Amino acid sequence: MTRVYTSAVIPAPAANVWRRVRDFNGLPDWTPFVRESRIEQNLPSDKVGCIRNFVLTDGGRIREQLLALSDYDMSCTYSILESPMGVENYIATLSLTPVTDGNRTFAQWQADFDCPPEREAALIQQVGQGVFQTAFDALKAHFAR
Amino acid sequence: MVRVVVSSVLDLPVDEVWRVLRDFNSHHTWHPAVAESVIEDDLPPDTVGAVRRFRLTDGGELREQLLDLDDRAHRLSYCILDAPLPLHDYVATIQLRPVTDGNGAFWSWSSEFRTPPAQAGEMRDLVANGIYLAGMHALDGWLRRGPAPLTVARAPEKRPAPPPSPPPGTGAQAVVMTRHGGPEVLELRPVTSHDPGPGEVRLRQRYIGVNFIDVYTRTGYFDLVDPPGVPGMEAAGVVEAVGSGVTHLSPGDPAAYACPPPGAYATHRTMAADLVTRLPADLDLAHAAAGLLKGITAAFLLHDVARIAPGDWVVIHAAAGGVGSLLTQWAAALGARVIATVSTAEKADHVRTLGAEAVVLGRGQAFLDEVRHRTGGEGARTVFDAVGRDSIHASLEALAIRGHLVSFGQASGDIGALQIGPLASKSVTLSRPNYGHYVATREMMETHARRLFDALAWGIVTIPAPTIFPLDRVREAHSALESGRTMGALVLETP
Repeated sequence: MTRVYTSAVIPAPAANVWRRVRDFNGLPDWTPFVRESRIEQNLPSDKVGCIRNFVLTDGGRIREQLLALSDYDMSCTYSILESPMGVENYIATLSLTPVTDGNRTFAQWQADFDCPPEREAALIQQVGQGVFQTAFDALKAHFAR
Repeated sequence: MVRVVVSSVLDLPVDEVWRVLRDFNSHHTWHPAVAESVIEDDLPPDTVGAVRRFRLTDGGELREQLLDLDDRAHRLSYCILDAPLPLHDYVATIQLRPVTDGNGAFWSWSSEFRTPPAQAGEMRDLVANGIYLAGMHALDGWLRRGPAPLTVARAPEKRPAPPPSPPPGTGAQAVVMTRHGGPEVLELRPVTSHDPGPGEVRLRQRYIGVNFIDVYTRTGYFDLVDPPGVPGMEAAGVVEAVGSGVTHLSPGDPAAYACPPPGAYATHRTMAADLVTRLPADLDLAHAAAGLLKGITAAFLLHDVARIAPGDWVVIHAAAGGVGSLLTQWAAALGARVIATVSTAEKADHVRTLGAEAVVLGRGQAFLDEVRHRTGGEGARTVFDAVGRDSIHASLEALAIRGHLVSFGQASGDIGALQIGPLASKSVTLSRPNYGHYVATREMMETHARRLFDALAWGIVTIPAPTIFPLDRVREAHSALESGRTMGALVLETP
């Protein structure tokens, strides 16, 4: 099992950040790498078990299923059903924690998955930096305004 | 129940913050509300169940008990046993998490307690702001300034060595180099260990690292010890006693050093405390002795002597060796494309698992062909060469234009004289780093040690299990190291 962990501080109250990231169908609104997204079978995007089907800006298509959503802990857990990344048993959790000192947000994004050993380093980089950190950078830029 | 949660972000590596917070007997050194701290019954401060007694700066007394301590999760909990304030059933948790975006630390300090309703607001404010937030800001400042001289002594009456260790001078032994020469000049002899003076610490050493620098010391190639004297640069053990003015170590701490002056080949050692680093609790002593000197060498070679950029072609000779295997893992983690050389097929298999992109047997024509082929004819940006005489000419030939040869050892023999004129044909940069110059001060030592501990904690480098020789078989250990047949590190285990 490979683990990727990325965390960052977002300069905004956690409730505000959570409003922006909570929508499981909202990746195109707050990340720079998702072009379009829909929830399969027209389910509400906060129905646990729903599947988001989205297209990356590079054309790749990914299907992910919402496994857990907590407005109390401000966290969201999902698995990958299909993707061009070549990972198996991929489960990730995005969670927000208030930083009371300065009323900011500590954002953590962790993924566990299986992959061929020779691809592990590249995937850690791709997921940790290319996806998670890039999304955090977009949040930081959005709330810095 | 009142619940208080305070959190902050410190712009400091999580391990650095944790090293202080995990010390249950440290608040008086950095927290403005605590004047004195003592652990009852002389227990080591990381003993779960240990009770600390605080004298607060306002004169009050407080007793708190450590309930759990988790180095992997960077979390600890404690409760109040006696307090001068109405804080009942008080249980608090300290939790750190790394902020990977910038290498900071997220710190959450939370608690639950009962208190009379009329005082809930006052108690909440005291705990949240007077203790937690004030403590966070104070520790942040304290770590940035570096430890300040203490105004309050750390319970000097509690200082005697913990019970399991022998009284000073009893049963202490050291390996004495009787003259310069082969392994046969090393002799185990009884010695006297003395109490630490001001600024000193006495270690009960458990494992001693065996390094090539010890061989050079023994043969006289490096003029480090005048015989008769004790060689050795590196050991790990437990702090037995500290002298006055020593604030970063306490009896019972796991600790290690890797630096001159020589004298490590001994069961006990009293030395300048500034040279000694406290170890993370999850690093065992055998691995620490096996890896500290080599890891610090790798740390400054890759960060200070050369600067490795992602995508750089880097040659690492003797990549299965102690420093070589750490360099290979670390350089690969920094994004370098590593061409490794080894002397046997068995070592080649091992080195491939460390992240090397290509592994070559020997340093002959096949090596040069491989470098040329891999780099598209350009050559390597940096070559790390500790083999010396047998490899240095191939190393120069393998370099790219404006390449950097880091010659930091001579396992195969003295390099001899090198003409510097021809180096202009490639605008070669040549470094001959000397370990001592990169660990000359406590600050340098702590910088490299922190890099190493972080790299270990993050899994960027791993220290393989060392080969262990009992101290009285030190001659065999030296012979094995000089034979070039060993993989990974050698350590001596003290009785």
